[in-house]
Amino acid sequence: MDFTLKIWRQNGPKDKGRFETYEIENITPETSFLEMLDILNQKLIKEGKSPVAFDHDCREGICGMCGLYINGRPHGPDDDITTCQLFMRKFKDGDTIVVEPWRAKAFPIIKDLIVDRSAFDKILQEGGYISVCTGEAPEANSILIPPEVAEEAMDAASCIGCGACVAACKNASAMLFVAAKVSHLALLPQGKIEAAKRVKAMIAKMDELGFGSCTNTRACEIECPKNISISHIARLNREFLKANF
Amino acid sequence: MKILDPKVPDVSIEKKWSTFKSSCKLVSPANKERLDIIVVGTGLAGASAAATLGELGYNVKIFCYQDSPRRAHSIAAQGGINAAKNYRNDGDSVYRLFLDTLKGGDYRSREANVYRLAEVSNAIIDQCVAQGIPFARDYAGYLDTRSFGGAQLARTFYARGQTGQQLLLGAYGALNRQIKEGKVKLYNRHDVLNIVIVNGRARGVIARDLVTGEIKRFSAHAVVLATGGYGNVYYLSTNAKGSNGSLIWRAYKKGAYFGNPCFVQIHPTCIPLHGDFQSKLTLMSESLRNDGRVWVPKNLEDAKKLQKGEIKANDIPEENRDYFLERRYPSYGNLVPRDIASRAVKERCDAGYGVNSTGLAVFLDFADSIKKLGKETIEKRYGNLFQMYEKITGDNPYETPMMIYPAIHYTMGGLWVDYLLMTTVPGLFAIGECNFSDHGANRLGASALMQGLADGYFILPYTIGHYLADMIKEKPLPTDIQEFDLAEKEVKEEIERLFSTSKTETVDYYHRKLGKIMWDYVGMSRTAEGLKKAIELIKELRSEFWKNVYVPEQPYTLNQELEKALRVADFMEMGELIAFDALHREESCGGHFREEYQTEEGECLRNDEKFAYVAAWEYQGLDKEPILNKDILEFKEVKLVQRSYK
Ligand SMILES: Cc1cc2nc3c(=O)[nH]c(=O)nc-3n(C[C@H](O)[C@H](O)[C@H](O)COP(=O)(O)OP(=O)(O)OC[C@H]3O[C@@H](n4cnc5c(N)ncnc54)[C@H](O)[C@@H]3O)c2cc1C
Ligand code: SF4
Ligand code: FES
Repeated sequence: MDFTLKIWRQNGPKDKGRFETYEIENITPETSFLEMLDILNQKLIKEGKSPVAFDHDCREGICGMCGLYINGRPHGPDDDITTCQLFMRKFKDGDTIVVEPWRAKAFPIIKDLIVDRSAFDKILQEGGYISVCTGEAPEANSILIPPEVAEEAMDAASCIGCGACVAACKNASAMLFVAAKVSHLALLPQGKIEAAKRVKAMIAKMDELGFGSCTNTRACEIECPKNISISHIARLNREFLKANF
Repeated sequence: MKILDPKVPDVSIEKKWSTFKSSCKLVSPANKERLDIIVVGTGLAGASAAATLGELGYNVKIFCYQDSPRRAHSIAAQGGINAAKNYRNDGDSVYRLFLDTLKGGDYRSREANVYRLAEVSNAIIDQCVAQGIPFARDYAGYLDTRSFGGAQLARTFYARGQTGQQLLLGAYGALNRQIKEGKVKLYNRHDVLNIVIVNGRARGVIARDLVTGEIKRFSAHAVVLATGGYGNVYYLSTNAKGSNGSLIWRAYKKGAYFGNPCFVQIHPTCIPLHGDFQSKLTLMSESLRNDGRVWVPKNLEDAKKLQKGEIKANDIPEENRDYFLERRYPSYGNLVPRDIASRAVKERCDAGYGVNSTGLAVFLDFADSIKKLGKETIEKRYGNLFQMYEKITGDNPYETPMMIYPAIHYTMGGLWVDYLLMTTVPGLFAIGECNFSDHGANRLGASALMQGLADGYFILPYTIGHYLADMIKEKPLPTDIQEFDLAEKEVKEEIERLFSTSKTETVDYYHRKLGKIMWDYVGMSRTAEGLKKAIELIKELRSEFWKNVYVPEQPYTLNQELEKALRVADFMEMGELIAFDALHREESCGGHFREEYQTEEGECLRNDEKFAYVAAWEYQGLDKEPILNKDILEFKEVKLVQRSYK
């Protein structure tokens, strides 16, 4: 398969950035999208050009490090996957593919397709945990949790922190990401005690870091590779209301 | 040759750890505030250690090369974590978990450490539940468990197929809390490239800021390495692309001994290779062997037809299928340990019974379980794994069996540590997969997560205190001293050397070539002749690498090719030591299979008289043979027998 790639190139945070066009040939359908970029980079290096910088690590859809905006969709044209799980068989021979980084004020571009997502870490540092020190824990089965509650908490806890929800949202809101953590912990008996404090602190931090507000467009839910449901945003809203009254 | 003293308390096995804990030196809260600790790595081991040390009051600096601590490779662990809770009343106990782990490791691990691991396993589950980890539960709300390879009981706790993710997010939460408290300072997107030794003690590190390319210095009273395994020497593995052995290697070059480098685990159930450009292999969790049956056709003609694509798995009737694990190992069946399963798969494929176009795959079939338990149950247990499989291969495993083949997965070898988890360099500790650890020659499933968290939450915080108690008078060390100058110079010289080559072939080109040599000669089955050849080939490739490798762009800016080049440069040396260790170990045990040493049935033939020791290699210079030191393994609790899973 042959493709025309239009890739965002930006030398550093201060550089203005531009699209560059590359032709790539003889790609087999089993090649993953990132492997296709690897092949491109090998070629660019040999031509004395600078390779395209992009983030990735596990390449199996769990670390949340990869994330490209491909043909106008975060993680590209397949459902429920991360960029590293996208395969070239999802494209047609001869396609033009446009590749951009996540675009959001709170995720400044570092270079080419790499953005700085440390804002996510900062939100979680505000309270995305249960405050238990090592050694304090009671016997594991001393607090029972109905399986359906554990399952729902697990659904929320599956968030990989990739940032696709922010990239998909026209307001660049981090609501789905924040809701996933708030909901995961608020569902569990162990997490309820700090629930009010947690939700207030995390929302305040989210606002401070320049994420937009949520206007319920649901774009985040559609693009989330882990199927995090916006019902968690509803739970976050309830928790937030409870915390403030 | 030295005989090493692992400093194990000389009391009966069940009293060793409590004796240590009640007699080790302590550091007062006021003094803890004056002590700095560097932790490299934010996986289960590093994150849990840093969080706990922060809670205790130490000042911690923690490093990872990813953009966030949550991305450490532990996140990818799927299947589960072992503990001796015996909630099912199926006969489990600390002692039995200890025995299984020791036997699973083919009697090449240290009894005292393995016992301690089993002993703290239950506290890990308690801790994780308190952190809000959504483990699977039964209808009444109690914690659920399942079975893993090498065990005849169900002691594995799990959170769908994402156990590592959930455990790591728990540890990351605890870490975040300490970051917020100001007790831990995070350095993300930093590659630590060297260890600084002052007056014989580890006192700091040199790191490269991956965003700016700047080389930075950090000092502390002790350094903890939690950098994971070195499986990527083989290029293709189930590890993350950035997983590396660089700090193990730097520590080795600074005088830490390297324990059992040749003990590498090849995992039987990975998605088979599909092309030359492939960048990694994906694991299908061992938990699948609970409900999946492994088979190939009985008749060669059927295999040939499968390979040519003329027939499909479902065309082969039941009576013409060979469930070879169940046939060869009736009592453990599909749940034999990984090394045994991997070799059995290789044996069938080498004999021509492979089932895909390359002939390098066998079936893992869920049809029977779906019939028995229903699709819904299978989906609940393995939904995300099935989805992952389908996304990669385009096949639907609910309808046609999965195809799997062994791949490099885990490294049992690593930095040699004593009972205190300290390397032979005072003040340099190694935890998690990067130490030679508790798994001997083969790790059992669901025990790496257990070990990482045991080391980080419950063991290191005691043992490092014992060491630091003697350091309380040491002031924070300035980094403008000679030792830091020198360590930084070493790093810069290497970087500059990488830019003064003929610039012919890319880093990946060399890495692939190295991986091929390693897989062909230092892989699932090894011979003296092949290992000698590997050593020669690696030497040649290394010199070619240093002459011709092409690292583009500038050294002191963001440069991902340079990051890779530095890692591959270390792999080029490490590969040779792995082969050298494999050559010296004239026996077969666990994942180390030497063709010359096998039983009539093709099983491992250990030589306990000559090789019941940990080989702890001491660096002598690149072109000199390393010195072999021995940590003699004494077995007081078990009688050494040939492992049998029949
Ligand atoms: C696909 C897969 C599935 C698995 N499933 C299971 C399972 O079900 N059960 C089980 O028990 N085990 C499993 N394992 C094994 C287990 O996940 C690992 O052994 C374990 O998580 C390793 O943890 P760690 O903390 O030692 O290292 P890692 O999690 O690998 O973390 C290494 C850390 O070190 C950092 N680092 C490395 N080098 C540098 C450097 N030079 N500078 C700065 N930072 C550095 C990295 O950034 C990272 O933070 C699995 C492994 C894989 C690959
Ligand atoms: S909510 Fe979904 S899209 Fe957003 S960070 Fe989490 S996994 Fe990614
Ligand atoms: S590289 Fe880890 S999720 Fe894509």
